[in-house]
Amino acid sequence: MSELVRSSGNPLMDKIRVFAKSFGLPRLIIAGFLLLLFIMAPFVGANFFTQLSNTINRFSWNAVLVLSMVPMIHSGCGLNFGLPLGIIAGLLGGTIAIELGAVGAGSFWVAVLLATPFAVVFGMVYGFLLNKIKGGEMMIATYVGFSAVSLMCIMWLLLPYHSPNMVWGYAGTGLRTTISLEGYYLKALAGFLAINIGHLSIPVGSLLFFALLAFAMWAFLHTKTGTAMTAVGSNPEFAKAAGINIDKVRLLSVIMSTWLGAVGILVYEQGFGFIQLYMAPFNMALPAVSAILIGGASVNKASIMNVIIGTFLFQGIVTMTPTVMNSMIHMDMSEVIRVIASNGMIIYALTRKSEVSR
Amino acid sequence: MEKTNVPLLEMKNVSKSFFGNQVLQDINFKLEAGQVLGLVGENGAGKSTLMKILFGMNVIKETGGYGGDILINGKKVVFETPFDALEAGIGMVHQEFSLIPGFTATENILLNREPQKKSVLSEVFGERLNTLDRKDMDERADGSIDKLGVHIDKELVVNHMPVGHKQFTEIARELSKDNMNILILDEPTAVLTEKEADALLESIRGMAKRGIAVIFITHRLQEILSVCDKVLVMRDGVIVKDTPAADTNVQEITRWMVGRSISGNPSKAAVATAEKERGKVIMSISRLWVDMPGETVRDVSLEVYEGEILGIGGLAGQGKLGIPNGIMGLYEAGGKVVFDGREIALNNPRKCLDSQLAFVSEDRRGVGLLLDESLEWNVSFPAMQIQNKFLKPYLGGLVKWRDEKAIEEVTNKYIKALQIKCTSSKQPAKELSGGNQQKICLAKAFALEPRFLFVSEPTRGIDVGAKSLVLDALKQFNRESGVTVVMISSELEELRSTCDRIAIVSGGKISGILPAVSASEDFGNLMVSNVR
Ligand SMILES: Nc1ncnc2c1ncn2[C@@H]1O[C@H](COP(=O)(O)OP(=O)(O)OP(=O)(O)O)[C@@H](O)[C@H]1O
Ligand SMILES: [Mg+2]
Repeated sequence: MSELVRSSGNPLMDKIRVFAKSFGLPRLIIAGFLLLLFIMAPFVGANFFTQLSNTINRFSWNAVLVLSMVPMIHSGCGLNFGLPLGIIAGLLGGTIAIELGAVGAGSFWVAVLLATPFAVVFGMVYGFLLNKIKGGEMMIATYVGFSAVSLMCIMWLLLPYHSPNMVWGYAGTGLRTTISLEGYYLKALAGFLAINIGHLSIPVGSLLFFALLAFAMWAFLHTKTGTAMTAVGSNPEFAKAAGINIDKVRLLSVIMSTWLGAVGILVYEQGFGFIQLYMAPFNMALPAVSAILIGGASVNKASIMNVIIGTFLFQGIVTMTPTVMNSMIHMDMSEVIRVIASNGMIIYALTRKSEVSR
Repeated sequence: MEKTNVPLLEMKNVSKSFFGNQVLQDINFKLEAGQVLGLVGENGAGKSTLMKILFGMNVIKETGGYGGDILINGKKVVFETPFDALEAGIGMVHQEFSLIPGFTATENILLNREPQKKSVLSEVFGERLNTLDRKDMDERADGSIDKLGVHIDKELVVNHMPVGHKQFTEIARELSKDNMNILILDEPTAVLTEKEADALLESIRGMAKRGIAVIFITHRLQEILSVCDKVLVMRDGVIVKDTPAADTNVQEITRWMVGRSISGNPSKAAVATAEKERGKVIMSISRLWVDMPGETVRDVSLEVYEGEILGIGGLAGQGKLGIPNGIMGLYEAGGKVVFDGREIALNNPRKCLDSQLAFVSEDRRGVGLLLDESLEWNVSFPAMQIQNKFLKPYLGGLVKWRDEKAIEEVTNKYIKALQIKCTSSKQPAKELSGGNQQKICLAKAFALEPRFLFVSEPTRGIDVGAKSLVLDALKQFNRESGVTVVMISSELEELRSTCDRIAIVSGGKISGILPAVSASEDFGNLMVSNVR
């Protein structure tokens, strides 16, 4: 009768099934769609290499932010909807670096250094809070992110910044919504070893920096502490019975996620070219969450591969759809389509979030 | 009942493979209304899988479905979900429980079948707004729990229940249904004492009289003989014997199950160990109380001698499980525990583990296993975290890297020693059969090489062949490594065959300690001496 519920008995079919299941049918479909967009691009008049470069560039801006999801997912704190907190630490690092007069590519590293203590302190407070409400982490995380952004909206105006490049020109105080990084850490990483051939441009430095962090993350998950973190996320009762201090491990994961969020936004800015303040951090969490879900992560399982695949697919769709659609309908609707595509992906990803067996 | 030649349930050529691993093949059998069918087989023979197919469980569909046909009253059925199966009048008590955490026993028992009260609102807006009749609910839940002849706290939320309570709740849920034709019981007696199991067997007989067909899975073969009409013996995914229960006996069934005869009865072989030299006191427990819901320990004082195997027995809910759980820091506890001359801090699992104590929890899915991780992780994790085993230090010890090779080795060692049935040491723990999961829990504790081991219900769900294997492994561990073992079990016979002394817990206190050779009746009397 229904073929679906039958086991085929054919080993090859079983192999294909295993593959489809492990890679995930939805991801195959999204990847297929992205491939289709790439194939269509030249026919609708968009240069293939330009499109590929765009996708790779956007990948390089966002990958670290997506990577920042990993520690908290592993420890069972769920998806880090509180990412804006880490981003704010990064923004503080960036703006203070400029305020202190750091210039050129070196200012990127100064910003990372300055952001670190903020990220650690924020992460500690945030982690402490999350430990108080085990089970409802994601709701609290969203709330924390929102409150932090709102509070900082006021702080950006009040904090005593003076650098003329950052404050409103006529008032002399209060930071602008968008700050150009020209002369500061613009392309600090992307410019390193960059490849530019014709229409193809690849930000090798940014990719290398991401690779370095991803490798560190991968390595961490292979250590004793990393193993404990995964176990805490997988079954906290089991971990507790093995003598693990669950709260401590969770706290560590939140600090790591927050720090990666801070570094992530700095990487984003050096590629994008601007610091965006006020409500901007608020809009960064959902794309990062969606990317890792599309990459195949679940609420408490995520790998580096999920990060890479997810970021590439998400950013690929978000860059390619508007270009191809635009060229097809000969109207400039790219911003509208980008919003539709990215929100569509977000909604899709959130409906896919799955939990593991208990 | 009118006799037709169409059986109530028939399976034809049912087969199942998990991605190339054939676990069921050519399953054919018939079951009539009012019949009790005993399903037996070694761990991993495929019993639970077969029942999951019948009950339309999601795992089956997710892993590629099954082959063959299931017929009910001669009509072919395909259950896509357990709801379809429930609709068709099939009930199931799962080996690993399927209760809703956060709900009380009563709520779980009567889920979706709650007696309702009409209110003003519901008169107007329809029956979705009926309120629950809490009083009637309690009465009905009481009724079905009473049928089992046990006392459990109906208000206790599932997450806080000890395993015994979960089992009773699950059984009571099925017993309280009225529109049932087929009831599947997957190892319902694994954590029950003999007396409690008897009450269940009595209920099974009652149901069969009412025309319900029962499929009963157990590793206690005596139970099969006492309630079943026919026995189905499975080995490696095929049915090797289908025979009336009256025509057979325990030895014969065992032989069919394992394909060879098991020499001797383990309960006799071991009584000789009882006369061992008594060592010094290694652990002295005084005035211990443990606040473990459903297994409260009130006032326990006990001395454990070095190198002995001490058994702790007692009825469900009397507190036997609370003792190890409390000492190991999993539940709030007070009192004084001195181990090897030093007092150990209570409520701190780490301190116990650091003093080389280890614990195999009775709650293998809740506490015992990382279901989503590989067998390697499950076996090595505690030893890695507590004793820094299976780690390679780099950068002068700054980085402690997992030593995958050592982990694989130790896992394979225990897979072999305990004959764990799995596809490889990388298989996720959740894919193992219940009995094999239990063995993983033991392997985990063995890998710790502790000085003192608490094992709680160590043979829960383990088949007759493997039982002696596991108990012998425990004994060997005790003898060769000089490990002191405290074994908590609801099966008195198992305690008597393994332990040197047996303490019986009743009403949260030790009601007596006897040598293992004492008569069963003496233990029986102690068990009920101060039941509350
Ligand atoms: N989800 C799954 N994925 C892969 N293999 C599975 C899965 N579930 C069960 N198996 C395999 O199927 C076989 C039969 O398992 P099953 O649970 O039916 O055994 P069982 O007879 O109930 O054993 P036990 O007495 O230990 O409960 C085992 O080898 C097990 O590893
Ligand atoms: Mg089973």
